[in-house]
Amino acid sequence: MSSPKSPRLVDSFTAPKEVLREFEELAEEENYDPFAETASKRQIASRQSDYHARRFNRQAIESADAFKAAEEGTEVEGGYKEAMRLQLLEKEEQRVKRVIEDKEKQAREEGKEKMDLDKTPPREELREAAEELAAATGTKRKRRWDIAEPTDENIPLKAEEKGREWSAEALEGAVPKKRRSRWDATPADITVGETPKRSRWDQTPANQGAETPLMPIIMNAPGFMHEDKHNRYLTDEELDAILPSSGYSIVTPPPGYAPLVRPPKLSATPITEVGGFQIQESSDAAAAAAAAGLAPELPTEIPGVGSLAFFKAEDAQYFAKILKEEDETELSVDEMKERKIMRLLLKIKNGTPPVRKTALRQITDKAREFGAGPLFDKILPLLMERTLEDQERHLLVKVIDRVLYKLDDLVRPYVHKILVVIEPLLIDEDYYARVEGREIISNLSKAAGLAHMISTMRPDIDHADEYVRNTTARAFSVVASALGIPSLLPFLKAVCRSKKSWQARHTGIRIVQQIAIMMGCAVLPHLRNLVECIAHGLQDEQQKVRTMTALALAALAEASAPYGIESFDNVLKPLWVGIRLHRGKSLAAFLKAIGFILPLMDPEYVSYYIKEVTIILIREFQTSDEEMKKIVLKVVQQCAATEGVTPQYIKQDILPDFFKSFWVRRMALDRRNYRQVVETTVELAQKAGVAEIVGRIVNDLKDEAEPYRKMVMETITKVVASLGASDIDERLEVRLVDGIIYAFQEQTTEDQVMLDGFGTVVNALGIRVKPYLTQIVSTILWRLNNKSAKVRQQAADLTTRLAVVIKQCGEDQLLSKLGLVLFEQLGEEYPDTLGSIIAAEGAIANVVGMTQMNPPVKDLLPRMTPILRNRHEKVQEATINLIGRIADRGAEFVPAREWMRICFELLDLLKAHKKGIRRAAVNSFGYIAKSLGPQDVLQVLLTNLRVQERQSRVCSTVAIAIVAETCGPFTCIPAILNEYRTAELNVRTGCLKALTFVFEYVGPQSAYYADSVVTMLEDALTDRDLVHRQTASVIVKHLALGVAGLGCEDSMLHLMNLVWPNCFETSPHVIGAVMDAIEAMRVTLGPGVLLSYVLQGLFHPARKVREVYWRIYNSLYLGAADSLVPFYPDLGELSEGQNVYDRHPLQMFI
Amino acid sequence: MSSELRYTANTQLEHLHARYTGTGHADLTKYEWLTHQHRDTLASIVGHPPLISYLAIADGEAIGRVKFEMTERMLQPCGPPPPKDE
Repeated sequence: MSSPKSPRLVDSFTAPKEVLREFEELAEEENYDPFAETASKRQIASRQSDYHARRFNRQAIESADAFKAAEEGTEVEGGYKEAMRLQLLEKEEQRVKRVIEDKEKQAREEGKEKMDLDKTPPREELREAAEELAAATGTKRKRRWDIAEPTDENIPLKAEEKGREWSAEALEGAVPKKRRSRWDATPADITVGETPKRSRWDQTPANQGAETPLMPIIMNAPGFMHEDKHNRYLTDEELDAILPSSGYSIVTPPPGYAPLVRPPKLSATPITEVGGFQIQESSDAAAAAAAAGLAPELPTEIPGVGSLAFFKAEDAQYFAKILKEEDETELSVDEMKERKIMRLLLKIKNGTPPVRKTALRQITDKAREFGAGPLFDKILPLLMERTLEDQERHLLVKVIDRVLYKLDDLVRPYVHKILVVIEPLLIDEDYYARVEGREIISNLSKAAGLAHMISTMRPDIDHADEYVRNTTARAFSVVASALGIPSLLPFLKAVCRSKKSWQARHTGIRIVQQIAIMMGCAVLPHLRNLVECIAHGLQDEQQKVRTMTALALAALAEASAPYGIESFDNVLKPLWVGIRLHRGKSLAAFLKAIGFILPLMDPEYVSYYIKEVTIILIREFQTSDEEMKKIVLKVVQQCAATEGVTPQYIKQDILPDFFKSFWVRRMALDRRNYRQVVETTVELAQKAGVAEIVGRIVNDLKDEAEPYRKMVMETITKVVASLGASDIDERLEVRLVDGIIYAFQEQTTEDQVMLDGFGTVVNALGIRVKPYLTQIVSTILWRLNNKSAKVRQQAADLTTRLAVVIKQCGEDQLLSKLGLVLFEQLGEEYPDTLGSIIAAEGAIANVVGMTQMNPPVKDLLPRMTPILRNRHEKVQEATINLIGRIADRGAEFVPAREWMRICFELLDLLKAHKKGIRRAAVNSFGYIAKSLGPQDVLQVLLTNLRVQERQSRVCSTVAIAIVAETCGPFTCIPAILNEYRTAELNVRTGCLKALTFVFEYVGPQSAYYADSVVTMLEDALTDRDLVHRQTASVIVKHLALGVAGLGCEDSMLHLMNLVWPNCFETSPHVIGAVMDAIEAMRVTLGPGVLLSYVLQGLFHPARKVREVYWRIYNSLYLGAADSLVPFYPDLGELSEGQNVYDRHPLQMFI
Repeated sequence: MSSELRYTANTQLEHLHARYTGTGHADLTKYEWLTHQHRDTLASIVGHPPLISYLAIADGEAIGRVKFEMTERMLQPCGPPPPKDE
């Protein structure tokens, strides 16, 4: 865009000066990393929503391996009960928090009201609030007391339960041992290793020690990275400065207090900390980046790891132990193991592909040796790192996957931890992340077993946090698909009927929904059970449960379509009653379920149900809720699509209200509504007919709002495209064409919709459009001269679409007029427009024919020749198509000299990037050669083999082959063979290449030419140059396949003998070509001949030889196993002892 | 798998080969290879009705029996595997 002052348009422009200056300044700043911004976008956490970020709030617990405990008779800490207890605690805590918040809010609001009267809130009110708060905490204690842990009087009763695995621990939890609640637990009163059981209140972030290998993984561990001056602890000096010096005394810490061990704090210069480490001058990419001042200075070489692809500041914290050199002799075995794991992980996460590959193999092989504990304690925190990037996550997930496979049931204690880390992947926006997550969870459930999975995930089902429940439901659906729905059904039934909490029911039903979404039609065998499982949820007292049930039913119906209506019998009534009872969100869900069940129904019954639902639908037409609108439209669409509903019903009962509420300008403004309305209307049109729908909206083509006109146009386009225009009567036709011309002329934003609409409608009307053609063409002509390039382009595009119809109507006059005007426009300067104009000219030439074409072809073609030099792809493509067409149909109208000129221009097009252009150019050579005779064209192409550019040479060879195909191989092969005698390497390769294509194209005809190329192939196959032998092998392949069964076995056997020694080549392309040639020989010579070659080396003393021969044997065997039978050698004499190698059945005769 | 070809397109071919029964490799023993040959022979006879009726006439047995015996024979056509050296 030029500024208003500038006198003329410049054809190239650059960025404004101030922007350039800004960049310069930035570049001058030291340590400026221009990629820092994109780096943060690569981080998964930084582009995710708050909802996704809730994963950092989760806490993973140890899941006890109940099976192991039973086997070994040992008690395992932290089992299902513990998990349930923790979970209840958490829920209670959330509830209390909510109560307090509500209270405060209420108090605030009341306070606000009273503010006007009295500034201080009355005393009794404060007291009241305090009391209530106390009461809340009181009840909380009580509840937890009787639910989570057995009360005192229960203890003696449970003596007989001692044998059971959880009871002993419960007892232990109940007796004097201090009950941990949020009030009395402080980080300080826990010493490391006292108990592995922890609530979230006593976690100390960085307490990693070798003595507690099974410490809980703290999911928000990286939080301390965000430590800055705003939330760090105050130092003693600062406290001294703040607090008065008198009246305070510094209390000594209580005995046994161990201060938190802080992790090595990260700073901008980790190098000083890791110590003893230098960046190697030779270290590759990172060093270069560092030299350029781009990358922050971080190590890329770690002792014992080698050079890495990158190293992030955050990594230092996880891998601190291996960053410095240590005396390995002082380390214990466990510490050594830990370091080994860390090194391997670092290699996998940050290494270059080969390094990564070997490390991954090592960690997999040694997984059982390392043990589940040390492995997951290192892997899982890495996955929860906030700055994790996609690639790193992918690699770490891959590690888990491999390790899981090896560890098998050893993984049990870590199931929950793994789930906490992997579950977020299930709701990731990236499809592949979701697939990876599913993969892991499915492997995990296979390793850990159903019972363990259920006991581990059960506590999360009624977790207080919706995020946790959501991800758990998804994880459960993966478990179901891995272990089979039937095995999970009893559990699902129980959960969906849970009396204890609605959250459990909600999650249970959501699991069913997720199963349906994930497994698709695979739910069919279990459909009845699944529906029964959730059916009662429709009458649940909790609105959320009802909504979820309806959504789950919708998912089930969608997954099982078009089968399984009988399974839904039970829910039909509640659903249809439900839509009368509900409002808002749950109504939307019910309608959605109905919408998906309707298409399953028998046509006889469906109309009754539709009538029932229509009343509600029509009422909801007026809704202002966007979500509801979407669902209503979808349901209307589904109703209209069912077989049982009659056109009459739609016309009478649905259409009037539908058009009143949805065909309004407002709907065109929102993209999603717009699409939905169009789709629904098109669906309604399938039943109601074109005339009905088009008749209702055609007047809106002249509406003053352009987006609305577009919506109308799009709908008409789709309706007419699918149903045709025969239904449209004369009056409607007039209005329609009038409206379309108006809409087309009035458009201000040039896009496809109007153009497509115009083209579709006019083509559908066909000959009926004749009376309007004059008007349309004059519009086009007028617009072709418009000053806006876009308008001109559109007019040309429209011509392209209308050309066929104009011809149909017999208006050749108009066509020739258009042709002339377009011809005059060929000087167009905007390439897009020029491309359209040429395409339009081509379309006219197409329908009119070369003889009638006006302007005559002999004028048109010379005008195209210079345009061929245009570098714009669209122009090139349109031009080459037009020229190809003329060469094909009307080459005789143009003098040979002109064609030769075009030939030379065409060579340039062989360099085009777009394949379509190259293909069109190559084909044009064929057409031209056909009309001119091959000699001249061939000469041009053969000369072109001498050019430098590979692509151009390759295309020339293809063109030669096409010429050979169109004019007969006998015209070309002698010339190619002659050209092969040139000393130049490129030319010779080109000739060989051309021959490969020739023989590929001519197929069986090659039988006539096989003998004439044998000598040349002899030469090529014995050449020192690899490429020669490779290309010659390809020729042999095509030749052999072409002549199979045509009696050329003698010369083929000769070629086979020349190809065979090449089977020891190692260069991938060469060996590929040679193997192909040998396979082709199998077809021509028969597998028996080949077998006799192969037998020579199958048991050769040299392994290298055996390997090659066995590979050939294998492809031979796979290609013709059965026909090899008669050719196997008789090896009866090798028989020894019990092993008789005679093939007796083959020795019988009558 | 030859090491220099490990990273080329031909590895895919080798993997593909390894998936099928009857294919071989550089360390295949005589016994294994011949067992495959025998099985192929028997399968080929069972699969070509003219062959099987020819054998039935030569043996003076019913076609069904010959077919059955051929199929049974496929289990260990060359006898039990020879003992391993190490």
